[in-house]
Amino acid sequence: MYGKRSRFLTIMLTLGLAFFYIPMILLIIYSFNYSKIVPVWGGWSLRWYEVLFQSEEVWSAVSLSLQIAFINATFATILGALAGLAMVRFGRFRGRTLFGGMLVAPLVMPEVITGLSLLVFFISLNELVGWPAERGFTTITIAHITFSMAFVAVTIQARLTGMGEDLEEAAADLGAKPFKVLTAITLPRLTPALISGWLLAFTLSLDDLVIASFVTGPGANTLPILIFSRIRLGLRPDINALATIIILVISICVLIAAILMFRQQRADLRDQQMAAGENS
Amino acid sequence: MTGAPTVSDTPWLDQDGQKPLVQIKGVTKKYGDVTAVDNVDLDIYQGELFCLLGGSGCGKSTLLRMLAGFESLNGGSITIDGMDMADVPAYERPTNMMFQSYALFPHMSVEKNIAFGLQQDRVPKNDIVDRVHDILTLVELQDFKKRKPQQLSGGQRQRVALARALVKQPKLLLLDEPLAALDKKLRKQTQFELANIQEKVGVTFIVVTHDQEEAMTLSSRMAVMDAGRFQQIGTPTEIYEFPDSRFVADFIGSANFFEGRVTEDSSDHVRVQTDVAEVYIDHGQSVLVGSKIWVALRPEKIQIVKTDEPVSGPNTVNGVVDDIGYLGETSIYKVALPNGQIVDVTAPNQSRPTSETQRITWEDKVAISWEPSSVMLLNS
Amino acid sequence: MSDAAAQTAPAATPETKPLMQRIRRKLQNNWRSIVVMVPFAWLLIFFLAPFFIVAKISLAELAIASPPFTKMIEWADSGIMTIRIVFDNFTYIFEDDLYLNTYLNSLKISTTSTFLCLLFGYPIAYAIVRSGPVAKPVLLFLIILPFWTSFLLRVYAWMGLLADQGTINNLLISLGLIDEPIRMLYTEFAVYVGIVYTYMPFMILPLYANMEKLDGSLNEAAADLGSRPTNTFFKVTLPLTLPGIIAGCLLVFIPATGEYVIPDLLGGGNVNMIGRVLYNEFSRNSDWPVAAAVAIVLLFLLVLPIMVFQYFQGKASEAS
Repeated sequence: MYGKRSRFLTIMLTLGLAFFYIPMILLIIYSFNYSKIVPVWGGWSLRWYEVLFQSEEVWSAVSLSLQIAFINATFATILGALAGLAMVRFGRFRGRTLFGGMLVAPLVMPEVITGLSLLVFFISLNELVGWPAERGFTTITIAHITFSMAFVAVTIQARLTGMGEDLEEAAADLGAKPFKVLTAITLPRLTPALISGWLLAFTLSLDDLVIASFVTGPGANTLPILIFSRIRLGLRPDINALATIIILVISICVLIAAILMFRQQRADLRDQQMAAGENS
Repeated sequence: MTGAPTVSDTPWLDQDGQKPLVQIKGVTKKYGDVTAVDNVDLDIYQGELFCLLGGSGCGKSTLLRMLAGFESLNGGSITIDGMDMADVPAYERPTNMMFQSYALFPHMSVEKNIAFGLQQDRVPKNDIVDRVHDILTLVELQDFKKRKPQQLSGGQRQRVALARALVKQPKLLLLDEPLAALDKKLRKQTQFELANIQEKVGVTFIVVTHDQEEAMTLSSRMAVMDAGRFQQIGTPTEIYEFPDSRFVADFIGSANFFEGRVTEDSSDHVRVQTDVAEVYIDHGQSVLVGSKIWVALRPEKIQIVKTDEPVSGPNTVNGVVDDIGYLGETSIYKVALPNGQIVDVTAPNQSRPTSETQRITWEDKVAISWEPSSVMLLNS
Repeated sequence: MSDAAAQTAPAATPETKPLMQRIRRKLQNNWRSIVVMVPFAWLLIFFLAPFFIVAKISLAELAIASPPFTKMIEWADSGIMTIRIVFDNFTYIFEDDLYLNTYLNSLKISTTSTFLCLLFGYPIAYAIVRSGPVAKPVLLFLIILPFWTSFLLRVYAWMGLLADQGTINNLLISLGLIDEPIRMLYTEFAVYVGIVYTYMPFMILPLYANMEKLDGSLNEAAADLGSRPTNTFFKVTLPLTLPGIIAGCLLVFIPATGEYVIPDLLGGGNVNMIGRVLYNEFSRNSDWPVAAAVAIVLLFLLVLPIMVFQYFQGKASEAS
């Protein structure tokens, strides 16, 4: 649907975008503030970036977060893709309702509940089988995979339902066995959804504070945990600098991904138009 | 809903009779650099069933949407029943539209869909019930009034859409490709139904279609549109039998074209010399002697006979059968003329081709000929 | 995967070859159940089992032990099994005004924020749908971008705006509109702003997806039948976007009810929401049974909306 936009809608849209972006722009501007007290302007400076780069703590948190995010994204994509496939392509199987429920629930489950339940689970498991002996890297990664895979599964499900089954049927008709159909037809067509699922899982992991705080152990501080522990006590100029870097890096990555996707779509459209032109 | 006023069956011919219901004057619509509708004029009279016929992108739908009030005009004016529509929004116009997608409200039952327009006019509740009942009877959907649009077949949806637009008794009903979504058989049947309903309610219809057969069957008059302009306006017979341009002759039905030079022009006949034969036309038409001109012949107006000896004379050409298409009721012969041109000839299969000798087949030598009255002289 | 492929595979020792083949055959025949089993097992172990443990702890008593609660099932020396279930934690929660008020306050805040998100998000989504083909992807990108950038940092950004010495107060004072800074940070107002700010994309995106699918000619049909734009909105557009509204509201309401970070950072100690109480109960007081009971009650509060969400999610995936 598309048509004229009334003045009221334009005003709401403008206000909405201003509401979204002004806080972040101010946050970025104040990261270049010399003053130690964030909202008091003391002139332009890169002072807090220096402080940031010299901080051993920040570097190790960044490194830990990236490692967890990477492993999480990879496992969550595999598990989520399998789950999505099972839900969309396998018809009815025993436990499908329970399975579907468990796949959707993490999307909306309050983080405190997920975090709390995983923590008591890890502790009980430790009592029972002596593993995990220590909470930290492993437990955070497992927790993240558990909720990220739900997001990946939803992405894959949407793509699979949108794709339809004719190509799979065509392959089967030409003699491909089900497993071959999966590897030769379904998975290659899923690639864009798999990539966006991976990126989504990566971002979710980098962003998570609450669940990680529950299941982490001594010494394992992810970046959000570090940031949270610092800003709980108030505004800090070095966090503004850190925030600026994070926001810019993510924005640039998302922008590049969006442009690539947009270009691909436009190229597809152009090809279609050219093909149509040759026909007529 | 009374019958159409019987002022005249052909009001467009009465110079000073009835006033036109719709007057379109110099209407233009541009999208950026593209001119969708280019300075068109048209008068439509009360009770007409007028078809706008053209290919996709010819501007027919844009013109219809301008009548409905969904598109603004870049120039010209539209008057409906003597009122200028320039500042009248869609929801206040005395027109109703039947959409190509039908645009039935999916969250309302058939009954509610039809009542929607009446409710907007604050028609009293009892009247709404009666009028919805009457219109449902007219389109034969009384038993389906509680259904949602998704629970209806294509043909039923089409009738709901028609009923919803008609129930408000508009001065002008606009139909955008009303039959395009139906399958071929249903479409043919519905063409007649639609024309019957129009006759019964007497509302003026403007139908947009890309289907020439539909336009011919339905309309009292039609306009052939191309590139934002009217190529020709007239009754179906006028347009089919007397197209005034190569475009119209080619667009409506099919035609064989010959280029020639006018050798004689008198009040009751015209002679044109073409590459293949001399063409004699037994009706006068003002053309310049010596000028180049196109003549056209409809395939079904050409006779074909098997012959071993060449035949000569005006309106007769010899040729060889190049290809045959058997269509059941008719056969189409592709005849190669001496100059290489291929002419399409259709002939009814009046009897079963049992006798091998009678039957015209590939590579047969044939003579084709036509009546002097069948030739169409094209001005452009 | 074919037999030919198996034969051309490098010759294995006679003992392992049939085994390899057997595995291969098994995989070929059962890969479907493996595809289901792996993620299913993962979710059963790491998603469902933990909830049962929380439920179990909520029925235990606080004990000086590690972990700090009594066991549900104990084997006495004589070999008699005793099962201890106490509902004290739950009665404690409902008798204590603190918990009851916190629950109610959480629901009040999340309901109000959901409504505010809908109020502002709906026109924004509608405006994007009605934008031109060039503007639309750009606008959509601008709405999605904050969703990818850090949640925590977006909350932090508002700390800078709302603080006593923050940007808004500084601006108002320099304009001469106020003399004293208005207290905004560490109030309920700040929590509302934070929730609406961070959850707005979750409202806009499902609404957008729903509106985008609507047939534009329905609006035209309504206008053609004499309906004015406002009437068309209430009679046609609004009812048809109801699925989007429900999805958006649930996506905001459910997580907002259990929100921890926003009440903690923007509400300080002044705004009690259940997520924050739960977290503090757990980490500071170490009263696990009560914390578990608090979590179970919260889950019961949200179970209905979660199921409604699942229902719609399932219907949406079946419809498409």
